[in-house]
Amino acid sequence: MTKEDIMKPENLVYQKPRLLNDNPMHYCPGCSHGVVHKLIAEVIDEMGMAEKAVGVSPVGCAVFMYNYLDIDCQEAAHGRAPALATAVKRLWPDRLVFTYQGDGDLACIGTAETIHALNRGENITIIFINNAIYGMTGGQMAPTTLLGMKTSTCPYGRIPEVHGYPLKMTEIAATLQGTCYVTRQSVQSVAAIRKAKKAIRKAFECSMQKKGSSLVEIVSTCSSGWKMTPEKANKWMEENMFPFYPLGDLKDTTEIK
Amino acid sequence: MTEEVVLMKGNEAIAHAAVRIGVDGYFGYPITPQSEVLETLAELKPWETTGMVVLQAESEVAAINMVYGGAGSGKMVMTSSSSPGVSLKQEGISYIAGAELPCLVVNVMRGGPGLGTIQPSQADYFQATKGGGHGDYRLIVLAPASVQEMADFVDLAFKLAFKYRNPAMILTDGVIGQMMEKVVLPAPRPRRTEEEVTAQCPWAATGCKGRKPNIITSLELDPSVMEQRNLHLQAKYAEIEEKEARYEEINCEDAEYLIVAFGSCARIAQKSMEHAREMGIKVGLLRPVTLWPFPTKAVKERAKQVKGILVVELNSGQMIEDVQLAVECKVPVEHFGRLGGIVPDPDEVIEAIRKQLINKQ
Repeated sequence: MTKEDIMKPENLVYQKPRLLNDNPMHYCPGCSHGVVHKLIAEVIDEMGMAEKAVGVSPVGCAVFMYNYLDIDCQEAAHGRAPALATAVKRLWPDRLVFTYQGDGDLACIGTAETIHALNRGENITIIFINNAIYGMTGGQMAPTTLLGMKTSTCPYGRIPEVHGYPLKMTEIAATLQGTCYVTRQSVQSVAAIRKAKKAIRKAFECSMQKKGSSLVEIVSTCSSGWKMTPEKANKWMEENMFPFYPLGDLKDTTEIK
Repeated sequence: MTEEVVLMKGNEAIAHAAVRIGVDGYFGYPITPQSEVLETLAELKPWETTGMVVLQAESEVAAINMVYGGAGSGKMVMTSSSSPGVSLKQEGISYIAGAELPCLVVNVMRGGPGLGTIQPSQADYFQATKGGGHGDYRLIVLAPASVQEMADFVDLAFKLAFKYRNPAMILTDGVIGQMMEKVVLPAPRPRRTEEEVTAQCPWAATGCKGRKPNIITSLELDPSVMEQRNLHLQAKYAEIEEKEARYEEINCEDAEYLIVAFGSCARIAQKSMEHAREMGIKVGLLRPVTLWPFPTKAVKERAKQVKGILVVELNSGQMIEDVQLAVECKVPVEHFGRLGGIVPDPDEVIEAIRKQLINKQ
C-alpha cells in the first residue's frame, strides 16, 4: 500500500475539523485550548450551525480564538463576554451564541456578568477554561488557583490568610435557577475528550432549544504557567486539580441524553 | 395626518423616540435623574409591538457591554445613564470606538465628582468630548436644549453613528431630562429586517452565511498595523469635524457681546439675552448643538464682530477651552458657571456680562 492509497478519502478515519482553519496557533505545547477549540469546531459543524454561530472570545490566552475558528466572532473586554453574548442572543434568537472564557476572565473580573447572565437564563453556553492561573499575562494567581499552588503573585504558595480561597464558580452556577446544564469536564485523554465533546454538544443543543444557560467547565493545564512539561502538567492536574474540582455533571434539568 | 403634540419629560421622550424610530435594543441600569428612560420603556413593552429588546442589566458596565455585543451584530442599540454610571461605561465605550461600532449612549448629567448630587450639571463635558475612556478616540456628542430635541436627537444620533460607524452620545442634564414640554414625537417606522441589517452592516458578526467570517475586535498586537488603524480613525474624525458641526445662533447679527452655552444653559442664556436686549445691551447667543465636533469655525467667525464672549456652563469651565481655542485670544473670553447642581438665574448671567466683560473694558 502506497502513501497515496492510505490517504484516499475512503480510508480517512480522522481529519482536522472543517471550521478549524490553518492559522498557526499561538498556544503553548500541551495547552488545553487547542483541543477545546477543535471540539467546538466539530460540534458547530456537526450541528449544521456554521453559518449561524457567533462566538465571543475573552481577554486572556483565548483572546485570539477568532483567528482559529472559521465562524463570526466578537472580542469582548475582560470579563464582559456574557454581557455581549446576552445582547447578541436576544437580538438574534435563532443564532448559536457562546462565550469562551478563562478563570480570571470568568471567575474574577467578570464574576457579575457571568452570574447574572446565567441567572437570567440567557440561552447561551459559557465554555469555562479553568487552568488555575493567568496564562497570557505570565502566570499570576487566579481566583481558581489551588491553596499552596505557587504563581508569580503568590510565589510562596497561595495561603488563605493572604490570598483567600479558590472559587468554585461552577458549583455556584449550579445553584442558579437560570442554568439548565452545568458540567465539569477535562481533555487530557481520548476518553475525556469524547466526554467533553458530548457536553459541549449538549450545552449548545440546550441553548438552541431555549432551555436556559449552560456552563461547561474544562479543567485544563497550563504547562508554561505551571512550569511543567505537558506530560507532567497532565499528571499534576489529575492529582491536584481533580480532587478539588471533581469532574462530572453538577446540574442537568434538560432531559437531553 | 395631523401632528400629535404630547406633553412629557425629556427622559420619556428619549424612550418614546427610541421605540418609534425602530431601535432594536436598550440596555440600562437605574440611576437618578435618568431612570424614566428605562421605566418608560418597561411600561411601553415594545417587545410586544416592534420586537425591541429592553433589558435591565446588572450594572452600567454590563449594560454598555451588551450595547457592544448588540452593536457588533449590526443592530441599533443604546443605553442611558447619569454621570457616575457613565464613568463606569467608559471601558465599553472605548472598545466600541476601537471596534468602530455604531451605538447611542445617553448621559443625563448630574453634579459630581464622586456620587456628587442628583441635581443637574454639565461637568461631564470633558469626559464626553475629550475621550473619557482610554485611547485616542472621539464620540459624536449631541447636546439637546429642549424635550423636542431629546426626541429628535435619538434618530439623528443613530444616523450619524451608522454613517461613521462610531458611537454617538446625547449629552444632556437633569434639567432637560426631568422637565416637561410639548413635543412632537418622530413618525413611527419599522425596525430593519434581518436582511436589511446584514445588507447595511456587511461587517457585523451575525453568523457567516454566504461570506467569510466577520470579526469584531479592537485588538491588534502589531504596532505598525495598529498605527494604521489609529490613523484611519483620525482620518474619520477629521471628516466628521469637517462635515458634522452643528450649532444655532440667535440674535448674533448685531451682537456686541456673545454668550456661548449648550443644553439647559442655552435655554437660561436665551432668557438672559432677551433681558439684556431690553436693557439695551446687544447680546447674541451661539449654542453648540454638537459638542464634538465643536463648531469652531462658527465661534471663530462670530468672535470677529463682538467685544467679548461669555461662556455659560453648569461647571467650573470646560467648554470654555474649546471656545478659547476657536477665538485664538482675539477677544476676551470669560466664564460664568454654577456648580454642584445649582442652576443660575438669567439675571446672574447678565450681571456676569456687565462685571466680567463690559466694566472690564
